[in-house]
Amino acid sequence: MVDIPEHLLLKTAEARAKALGISVEQALAEMRGEVQPTKIEKEPDVIEVTPIEVEVKETPPPAAEVKETAPPAVEVKETPPPAAEVKETAPPAAEVKETPAAASAVKEAPAPAPEKSNGQVPTEVDFAPETKVTQRLLTVVKAKPIQKPTSEPVDKVNTWPHLMLPEFISLMAMTAFLIFISAILQAPLLEEANPNITPNPAKAPWYFLGLQELLSYWDPQIAGVMIPLLIGVAAFMAIPYIDRNKENKPSKRKYAIMLWTFFLAGAGTLSLIGILFRGPGWNWTYPWIDGVWFDDLLDWVHFE
Amino acid sequence: MKNEKIKFKDRLKDISSGLGDSLKESTLWGSIFRPGSPFRKGYSDSPRNRSYVVMNNVLYHLHPVKVKRHGVRLSYTLCLGGLSFFTFIVLTITGIWLMFYFRPTEMAYVDIQSLQTSIAFGSLVRNMHRWAAHIMVLVVFLHMSRVFYHGAYKAPREFNWVIGVILLILTLLLSFTGYLLPWDQLAIWAVTVGGNMAGYTPVFGAQVKFALFAGLEATEATLLRFYVLHVLFFPFIIVIFMAIHFWRVRKDGGISGPL
Repeated sequence: MVDIPEHLLLKTAEARAKALGISVEQALAEMRGEVQPTKIEKEPDVIEVTPIEVEVKETPPPAAEVKETAPPAVEVKETPPPAAEVKETAPPAAEVKETPAAASAVKEAPAPAPEKSNGQVPTEVDFAPETKVTQRLLTVVKAKPIQKPTSEPVDKVNTWPHLMLPEFISLMAMTAFLIFISAILQAPLLEEANPNITPNPAKAPWYFLGLQELLSYWDPQIAGVMIPLLIGVAAFMAIPYIDRNKENKPSKRKYAIMLWTFFLAGAGTLSLIGILFRGPGWNWTYPWIDGVWFDDLLDWVHFE
Repeated sequence: MKNEKIKFKDRLKDISSGLGDSLKESTLWGSIFRPGSPFRKGYSDSPRNRSYVVMNNVLYHLHPVKVKRHGVRLSYTLCLGGLSFFTFIVLTITGIWLMFYFRPTEMAYVDIQSLQTSIAFGSLVRNMHRWAAHIMVLVVFLHMSRVFYHGAYKAPREFNWVIGVILLILTLLLSFTGYLLPWDQLAIWAVTVGGNMAGYTPVFGAQVKFALFAGLEATEATLLRFYVLHVLFFPFIIVIFMAIHFWRVRKDGGISGPL
């Protein structure tokens, strides 16, 4: 036999002595086999539960619910299988009793079980006294997640590489494009500025040529100031506060899309007229007959 | 003889890979490249490292770690917002380079001429600056149209649209102030047309025009004024608004949609 260290032996003996209510020396002697061991009055393993009625709220799957609450009864070792079977077939609306006592009650119920008729009824079930309550069932909590998702899950991908790679490629493409056009297309540089010589026509930068075109129809206070300020700034900024339609599907916001498309078409047409069809004195010219007065792209439009 | 050659090659390989390993294991290397960097020792393509790549880089972390799947399709955004920002960066770099050779005085025109004729890459950089400016105006406007067609200005993104309009106006102002700087006939008369338009402002039109031109007409004083506005004032303002714009994109829930 392996020698057990003295201090461990003593510790075990103390625990044993406490459990059995005997002196430590006696326990020690028992463990060494010198004395006949004290008989342990075995406590019942089954934990007594006071009979509490468990309300099964959701009746639709009755068998499943009964089964879920049944396990304590099934755990009672001495309870015969028939008893459990009887439980399973219990009417759904009924309150399911799930204590050993209840199990025995079911067992004693007149419901016939095949084994019962054979006389193999278990005669004794080891129960603790009614008074010894160690634990009680308060409620049955349905399994639910603690956190409630508030929004729909969104299909997402990692930024790296799924977004940054296309971004990087478009940056490279833009760089290549810029270098290419810069190599083949010379930025315009006319004669030195001279306030005394007015070119004819004098054109604004291309993005203002739509406005300059409007200027030729309307009073400058309207075309030159009111339209850019009111439409170009105020109306644009106010768009989200005017358009209260919450939809973002194109089919559900046809009016908004129509308005913007009209704006694009109008601005584009006016700009193109200003760029291509206006010559000296802001007179109408045809680019294919009279040429183009547009010095922003001097290299392209300069006809010799 | 042949054997020795192979041995020498292997030895060289061992030495170089050993050097690389010890470099990557050094404290210096590890302190420069933060976790998630592909240059770091033991990098592998894992979801964790994919997140780290974005989180641990000052530029990349403009982006969130994950984005909606529809948003990465090129056909959805056409990358117009990103290209607006990128053209701005190109303009900043080329613009700073141009500032070395440009004086906003009566010498401006001569400086541009010598830039084109006698400075290495001067013509190319000037062309890039000019075409990138035109492209930026176009791309910003197209970006605005894209956002409108997707209804991306709707709640909760209303205010970011307003900031976007401000950015468009600032882009136009940047382009317009830069237009005068070559100090040629095209520049001075385009700005005269634009300034005269502003002069039609009701009630205080004359004052607006005077403030814009630093006088009654476009002169060298106007050139200096536009130069300062172009290289300092408007870039300063637009960077602030861009920061708010990008920040709001993320605060408002990332890209809009899907449609």
